[in-house]
Amino acid sequence: MKDFIIPDRDFGTPAAKSKQMVTLNIDGFDVTVPEGTSIMRAAAEIGISVPKLCATDSIDAFGSCRLCLVEIEGRNGTPASCTTPVAAGIKVHTQNSKLKQLRRGVMELYISDHPLDCLTCSANGDCELQDMAGAVGLRDVRYEAIDTHFKVKDNSGVANPNYIPRDDSNPYFSYDPQKCIVCSRCVRACEEVQGTFALTIEGRGFDSRVSFGAKTDNALSSDCVSCGACVQACPTATLQEKSVIEIGTPERSVITTCAYCGVGCSFKAEMRGDELVRMVPYKHGKANRGHSCVKGRFAYGYASHKDRILNPMIRDSINDPWKEVSWTEAMDFAAAKMKGIQTKYGRQSVGVITSSRCTNEEAYLVQKLTRAVFMNNNTDTCARVCHSPTGYGLGQTLGTSAGTQDFDSVEHTDVAIVIGANPASGHPVFASRLKKRIRQGAKLIVIDPRRTEMVESAHIRAAHHLALTPGTNVAIVTALAHVIVTEGLFDAAFIQDRCDWDEFQDYAEFVSQPQNSPEAVEMLTGVKASEVRAAARLYATGGNAAIYYGLGVTEHSQGSTTVIGIANLAMMTGNIGRPGVGVNPLRGQNNVQGSCDMGSFPHELPGYRHVKGDAVRDIFEKAWGVQIDPEPGLRIPNMLDAAVEGTFKGLYCQGEDILQSDPDTKHVAAGLAAMECVIVHDLFLNETANYAHVFFPGSTFLEKDGTFTNAERRINRVRKVMAPRNGYADWEVTQMFANAMGGNWTYTHPMQIMEEIALTTPSFAGVTYEKLETMGSIQWPCNEKAPEGTPLMHVDGFVRGKGKFINTEYVATDEKTGPRFPLLLTTGRILSQYNVGAQTRRTPNVAWHAEDVLEIHPHDAEVRGIKDGDFVRLASRSGNTSLRATITDKVNPGVVYTTFHHPDTQANVITTDFSDWATNCPEYKVTAVQVSPSNGPSEWQEEYAAQATKSRRIAAAE
Amino acid sequence: MSLNAPHEGPHAKLIYMANQIAKFMESKPHAEGVELLASHINDFWEPRMRRHLFEVLDAGGTGLRPLVLEAASKIKRPALAA
Ligand code: SF4
Ligand code: SF4
Ligand code: SF4
Ligand code: FES
Repeated sequence: MKDFIIPDRDFGTPAAKSKQMVTLNIDGFDVTVPEGTSIMRAAAEIGISVPKLCATDSIDAFGSCRLCLVEIEGRNGTPASCTTPVAAGIKVHTQNSKLKQLRRGVMELYISDHPLDCLTCSANGDCELQDMAGAVGLRDVRYEAIDTHFKVKDNSGVANPNYIPRDDSNPYFSYDPQKCIVCSRCVRACEEVQGTFALTIEGRGFDSRVSFGAKTDNALSSDCVSCGACVQACPTATLQEKSVIEIGTPERSVITTCAYCGVGCSFKAEMRGDELVRMVPYKHGKANRGHSCVKGRFAYGYASHKDRILNPMIRDSINDPWKEVSWTEAMDFAAAKMKGIQTKYGRQSVGVITSSRCTNEEAYLVQKLTRAVFMNNNTDTCARVCHSPTGYGLGQTLGTSAGTQDFDSVEHTDVAIVIGANPASGHPVFASRLKKRIRQGAKLIVIDPRRTEMVESAHIRAAHHLALTPGTNVAIVTALAHVIVTEGLFDAAFIQDRCDWDEFQDYAEFVSQPQNSPEAVEMLTGVKASEVRAAARLYATGGNAAIYYGLGVTEHSQGSTTVIGIANLAMMTGNIGRPGVGVNPLRGQNNVQGSCDMGSFPHELPGYRHVKGDAVRDIFEKAWGVQIDPEPGLRIPNMLDAAVEGTFKGLYCQGEDILQSDPDTKHVAAGLAAMECVIVHDLFLNETANYAHVFFPGSTFLEKDGTFTNAERRINRVRKVMAPRNGYADWEVTQMFANAMGGNWTYTHPMQIMEEIALTTPSFAGVTYEKLETMGSIQWPCNEKAPEGTPLMHVDGFVRGKGKFINTEYVATDEKTGPRFPLLLTTGRILSQYNVGAQTRRTPNVAWHAEDVLEIHPHDAEVRGIKDGDFVRLASRSGNTSLRATITDKVNPGVVYTTFHHPDTQANVITTDFSDWATNCPEYKVTAVQVSPSNGPSEWQEEYAAQATKSRRIAAAE
Repeated sequence: MSLNAPHEGPHAKLIYMANQIAKFMESKPHAEGVELLASHINDFWEPRMRRHLFEVLDAGGTGLRPLVLEAASKIKRPALAA
């Protein structure tokens, strides 16, 4: 759909990358453009829009509609300007009587096979066919087509065999073939931008039609992942958002940032009044470059879902029903409870959990609440359960937990290792960009127990898939290093220049030991030694090599060690400090990076500075006028342990659902139940709220101002497009609560919070809302040395000075299979759902993922008598649950896999309390389990459901 | 303490965690390992946890790996409960 609200000009063809410039003349004006630019784009640069239908600047030109013809002096014929590149000195004419006539002829043909119901068409006012008819001056259509695609019946009343009814199967957009002009923009967008290849053109000539694949008959059951790229590309109403069909065209748009994953896509929230009509990926967004996935593009319906809680609620006991109260009453109630607890049990008896979904400003305030108002360091964040080992591992080796690259870097990558991540599900827009690079010839190595979409999908095949046994990452990574060192493939010059050579010698000696060779660990990892050797050689010698990793690396008892091993690999091969290389943690939630930056961890103040540092405390003591505790505070698991022990009694939990997202659900429940005041600040009565005494309703990202920081350290603006339905933005709620506790805070806009962050935190020193306004986004560090931010880290030297090699001894997890629990369970995500699913489950995304299922290998299923779709009981030494099984060879024998998006499944009843040695990041990715046939929900699931229903009651207003 | 910890005794989980850190530090040059083990615990373990650790250490340190025992003198003994 073209864009007429904030006209993001469509230049017709993508920008050329050449540095060679070429000057030509178009309609009497000289224009200078990079070599390889199309004539169409060159004309657009000087404001001349050549009529076009099949070209758009997100995809390569195709040259099928013949509307964009031009004349070039001295050349024959009328070439298509979209497919003809510029040449030095040529003189181009875009408009003369011959061209006018030709174009009208083309348009006449199109219009004769197009319904003339423009007035009632959903694309009315937003249709390129309409615009082009106007542009070429089409005034009549001289003939009536006998055969059409749009007439339901022919003139004699016989059904028209060419008419295909509208396909409404996708919950978010419809496909109405009668309006299709077969320009193939959608097909090319699906291939080039998204990389799914779900669409094809079937048939030839008049018979050619767009089709969602031959095997399937509709959009929903096809390979389509509902990214929306084809919908943006379609010039007509053929592919159209249902929300536009329902509401009408938008009248204004606001640039904001997706609140789902760590890619941090920029969007235009297109509005009519205060109604959100649609979200369209923003072409100038530097993380996504105009692309999106189904979550950000379509799954925003949760914001207006009926389950949203809009009034504050309180209760004395979690067995009581909730009572709706005024904001003041809720604040007073909560403050009185928390003060009482601190008086009775001491300063350390309360704490906070900051949200990785809220803005930087909001996370900052929550940690400030505990440090400056509660006067302790008991703050933690959900990043504990995902990327805390990244902070430790990269901090130790490179000097900062920051990912080293921006997403654009992937365009220069020759070899990518994807380890413990499934970007196609977790970071879809990045996956599309990576796949594009792979289709251009880059090589891919996947290290994952499961055969993910990255291993094999349309036009993508990994050069190597190391399908390791869960829990053996360190062994594999060390074996890769063994090959690189013993075969002499390391970059000695880089190491000598940038790292400590002696430390490298020690490390080299360590990894060269025979027990670290691929052959020696083959039995352990289950990966053929020859594959490991081949992968290591490719990584070390294949050109620019980048490592992308996810939770499959961090969520292990040796998570931090694997991160260290990854950094070692990058350093020893010199793959750091330039485009196309680096160490790239793929962060889960939208603002995991930001919440960590903002000092959410109990041992460090904003900007990753340990609380023991006098100088750092001094900065904040001056800024806040309080004394800051020099001892580290409690981490989430410590809070729960301390609660069970009776020393931790009060928690303010902002936008997190620890009961569902943290491991060992029963332990979390016991911890929460032991507390005297649990304050949940969220959109919905989440699972944690079953144990809460106070509920502060939260606001969505559409309802507040602020910033998110994505996985590439990019600070993006979040902009308020509508008033908060609950009355207050989340930062205002935290402020009200802090003030009820005696905080005396006086922020009137998040901008002022950012000012305070910039003032106290060196890596943010140069960040202001004004700069974000003009630059669009900024990658930290942004300060005097880097006033425009820092796209690439460690360019001239490591942040810590010399890069540090650290030995990575493999220590097997104590979570071992045995006769009772012979299978290894590993967990993951799927595309259409997000985290614990609280938001996505409240959108039509459930069309793709209605429940969590257990993947099991045919062999393991057969010996247990399990058939596809059967209910099975999944048990570990922690607990058991029931869910449906699906039989697939995506997992190896001995391994089972599930997601944890639905509370009914309670996958975390199964996971244990083993955790990373350095950070206590839980070991989600390995649990020894048994699977057996079952006929329904487990006892725990039933008890849990009953407790949840009881706890969610809200008393009727008096 | 986790209800289902695979360990016995009131401080079993803590002992387990200290030993986990020790196992990593054992692959370092000895003196560095001792130093880093202590500073790791000082930096990341809040006073309550360290108090529990000292309860174990003071009782003889049963179950702790030798490296933890060696590092003990460098681990900060927390002030009494605030
Ligand atoms: S929505 Fe995305 S995946 Fe589906 S057909 Fe369109 S471009 Fe392809
Ligand atoms: S559906 Fe739209 S984009 Fe695709 S061929 Fe038809 S008109 Fe073109
Ligand atoms: S969920 Fe992630 S990839 Fe999808 S639109 Fe949002 S930020 Fe982009
Ligand atoms: S726009 Fe050039 S041929 Fe269609």
